[in-house]
Amino acid sequence: MSLTARLLILSLAPLLAVLLGLLVRRARSSEYLNLAASVVVLLMALPLPFLGGLPITLLGGYLLVDPLGAWVVMCVAVVYLLSSIYAIGYMRHDVHRVSQLPLFYALLAAFALTMLIAPLVNSIGVYWIAIELTTLVSTFLVGFERNAESMEAAWKYIIVVSSGISLALLGTALLYWGGTFVYGQTYQLTWASLAQAAPHMPPVLLKMGFLLALIGYGTKVGLAPMHTWLPDAHSEGPAPVSAMLSGALLNTAMVGIVRFLAATDAAGQGALPHAALVILGVLSLLVGALFIVRQRQIKRLMAYSSVEHMGVLALGFGFGGTLGVAGALYHMINHSLAKPLLFFGAGNAMQHYRSKRIADIRGVWQAFPVSGAIWLCGAVAITGAPPFGLFLSEFAILRAGWNARYLWAALAMLLLLIVIFVAFLNHFRAMYLAESTTAPVGHDHWCGGWRVVPMALPLVPLLVLGVWWPSSWTTLFHTIANALGATP
Amino acid sequence: MLADHLDPMAASLFSLLVIASLLLAFVMLGSRWLKDYMLAFAAQSWLIGILSALIGYYGGYRELYWVAGFTVLFRGIVLPWLILRILRRLNTARELHEVLSTSTSLVIGAAAVIFALVVAMRITKDLGITSNVVVLALTVMFSMKLIGFLMLTLRHEAISQILGILVLENGIFLGTQILVPGMPLMIELVLLFDLLVAVACFGVLVRYLLTHIGSTSSRDLRRLTG
Repeated sequence: MSLTARLLILSLAPLLAVLLGLLVRRARSSEYLNLAASVVVLLMALPLPFLGGLPITLLGGYLLVDPLGAWVVMCVAVVYLLSSIYAIGYMRHDVHRVSQLPLFYALLAAFALTMLIAPLVNSIGVYWIAIELTTLVSTFLVGFERNAESMEAAWKYIIVVSSGISLALLGTALLYWGGTFVYGQTYQLTWASLAQAAPHMPPVLLKMGFLLALIGYGTKVGLAPMHTWLPDAHSEGPAPVSAMLSGALLNTAMVGIVRFLAATDAAGQGALPHAALVILGVLSLLVGALFIVRQRQIKRLMAYSSVEHMGVLALGFGFGGTLGVAGALYHMINHSLAKPLLFFGAGNAMQHYRSKRIADIRGVWQAFPVSGAIWLCGAVAITGAPPFGLFLSEFAILRAGWNARYLWAALAMLLLLIVIFVAFLNHFRAMYLAESTTAPVGHDHWCGGWRVVPMALPLVPLLVLGVWWPSSWTTLFHTIANALGATP
Repeated sequence: MLADHLDPMAASLFSLLVIASLLLAFVMLGSRWLKDYMLAFAAQSWLIGILSALIGYYGGYRELYWVAGFTVLFRGIVLPWLILRILRRLNTARELHEVLSTSTSLVIGAAAVIFALVVAMRITKDLGITSNVVVLALTVMFSMKLIGFLMLTLRHEAISQILGILVLENGIFLGTQILVPGMPLMIELVLLFDLLVAVACFGVLVRYLLTHIGSTSSRDLRRLTG
């Protein structure tokens, strides 16, 4: 199959799901339309990073299919499929909302579409627009339940992220200005032309442009201290949406930061940008650790865990080198596999106990032995314990930072990861083992297959990736690291 | 670049428009009535539209006429009209709770402009640019950014926050047209359109806020913490 056909199917599938879903307006059919679209998307996206002949530009230079973008698209596709399966079970629970289901699935597919396109956009200005579009679509998903809390979360989300990301637009404009010293007044600002022009740009514009872009896209990634929208949006959206936000959306914005970073590296001005990324990474880990220790709400716990893992990603790319980049990419897919599992478990528990508070969720073992066991495995995996994939990737990132320049950051990362491990699992200990003070109120079929299968599915690759780092992936990571100009 | 060899007439016209835009940003910062605020924004968008047309004329960038037309149409007419419609539906005509008094916020705004000027002078010194128009454009771009963030933090009404974000972007529009008038047309047009979509989304959200929380002030958004 040619690459163009593959990409066409990849983008048409969710688009069709949106259009047909809105046209038919039947709850059941829109569920299955969206599910079918997500299956097609995954089938198309899985081999994408491993195809020969990358990087390649398509559509008159507007699309850039490079291994890095394809890798992120693959992560998005994985999360989209898992969320689509889970959404069927989760959204049916609330019978009052059946009439709104077609709208929900249309928004979900549209959200997936924007996230599938954003990492592949070649022009930096259009990338900014694509990221802005992901915000606009997902705002309505965050506020979908239309109660006071979710409206508050949606409002904070759109205001904080739009104002933050306008800084990235300023950064892009400054970089374009820098490029005019090389190319003359009018040219196309693409990732490739930026990296080529960077060595000849005035350093002041390059550094300032990068820092503004880092703050702007960092807001979208959820790096502390710009993370304030993240816990609200992740905790108040429906659980499948939380999984999409955390496992997929954050990565698509991270791509931009990584590509700007590569441009500064190409210019030999990478020291300050790398240090800035490392500092934001450590800050995110710190904020994640502090709020995980004293967290009272189950989904906010997961949200702060996302802040933590975005911090780990930032550290991986910030430490740089082949090992750092490889570790970060490996971490990206591991996080995209593990985080949906945790949000789904949290969604099940919330609907079963009719509460968001961790204190109300007690006796999980008795209430759901099977999916409870899977959820616990997910919790062990997300905290970076062996034998799961996140252990390997966090270990690789730690090794990348174990040098004279960033030893302090690596040590801080190690310490904070241990704190998070203890605190996170302590919450789970309480939920599983502590005596329940009140009887569970739920009596529904919480354990339907739609809800357990998407939790069990990612556990298998997580385990496999924890004991076996595929050699074809190592080659791929090397290719990406070289393309980003990382020195070994 | 264009700003390096401007004839004096063009240079003074550009400076005049840029400074007038900055003044309008201060009008917004000093106004408590949402309608005045909105009108100042509309006027600012008109000025930026005129600026685009002038740059297109003096620099020979034909496509900037399109940008000028769309800026005036979208940001000068459609957006203010949309916001006016939202305003009519709401019962709030003004900011009720002031975090800082008007005079204090104006003084902070002035400090922001001085800071922006210092940054702009440093950058132009590094680049070896002597043109006053460039320094002015950079200063106004950064200071409108800072003033926009100032308005976002000091104002609580939903409409004020939308306008705050629009001011952030007005600053970038103004700056980029002087500094990089060649920035591809496509992007600028899509950006304008994107803004329209954004404000439509904001409008829907404001209505939801009103029905589900009973208020459009972010002071009342305090359930989610920790």
